[in-house]
Amino acid sequence: MPARVAIQHQDFDLSAEVAALRQGDMQVGAVCSFVGTVRDRNEGDQVASLELEHYPGMTEKAIEAMIDAAMNRFDIRSARVIHRIGLLQPLDQIVLVAVTSAHRGESFQACEFLMDYLKTQAPFWKKEVTPAGARWVDARVSDDIAMARWGLPPVKG
Amino acid sequence: MKVNIKYFASIREALGQSSETRATQAKTVAALRDELLAQSPAHAQALSRDKPVRMALDQTLCDESSQLQEGCELAFFPPVTGG
Repeated sequence: MPARVAIQHQDFDLSAEVAALRQGDMQVGAVCSFVGTVRDRNEGDQVASLELEHYPGMTEKAIEAMIDAAMNRFDIRSARVIHRIGLLQPLDQIVLVAVTSAHRGESFQACEFLMDYLKTQAPFWKKEVTPAGARWVDARVSDDIAMARWGLPPVKG
Repeated sequence: MKVNIKYFASIREALGQSSETRATQAKTVAALRDELLAQSPAHAQALSRDKPVRMALDQTLCDESSQLQEGCELAFFPPVTGG
């Protein structure tokens, strides 16, 4: 089975990742995946490119802990998270969450749980380039609400 | 004791540095943050308690009551925006 977490500059191939994740596991009856991509608009402005910064070490540790939490909460077989860093353009893939389970309900839920968790607690920051200049992207309240649905406490500070 | 401090994203840019090692008497995150706030106007603004500033101690999210240890790693950063 592949490593559960990868933080990388290079792109990823969804079908190759899913094939590796479920390879040889005959208990798997469901695979659910989410791919996040870069939009060319944000807050009404054109976005030319996006720079992704992260906290090396903590990022991997935080996402590993999220996968442990997903494994405890849902009856899933395996999970893989890939997050890209560095310079990205509109249309580029940015994040992958893939989960396998015996039945579909658990992998659907675990996939969304992992994505909601990652959005609010994995230490990544986006800086986008717009016609008015470069700016840091603000965190969204809707992401905190999405995380709260799972009964996870809000981040302090 | 010595504490390794890291800054990320908009806070890193505002302070013009990504890390520093600091000798301090502070025993808690709150006490060290007070020291940093008093250091310069840039620090007072970037680490202001009026703004949402997240903190992590040894790479785990923490709050200001967390206790510092010799050689620990303390990070300050804005709310995360990955995914």
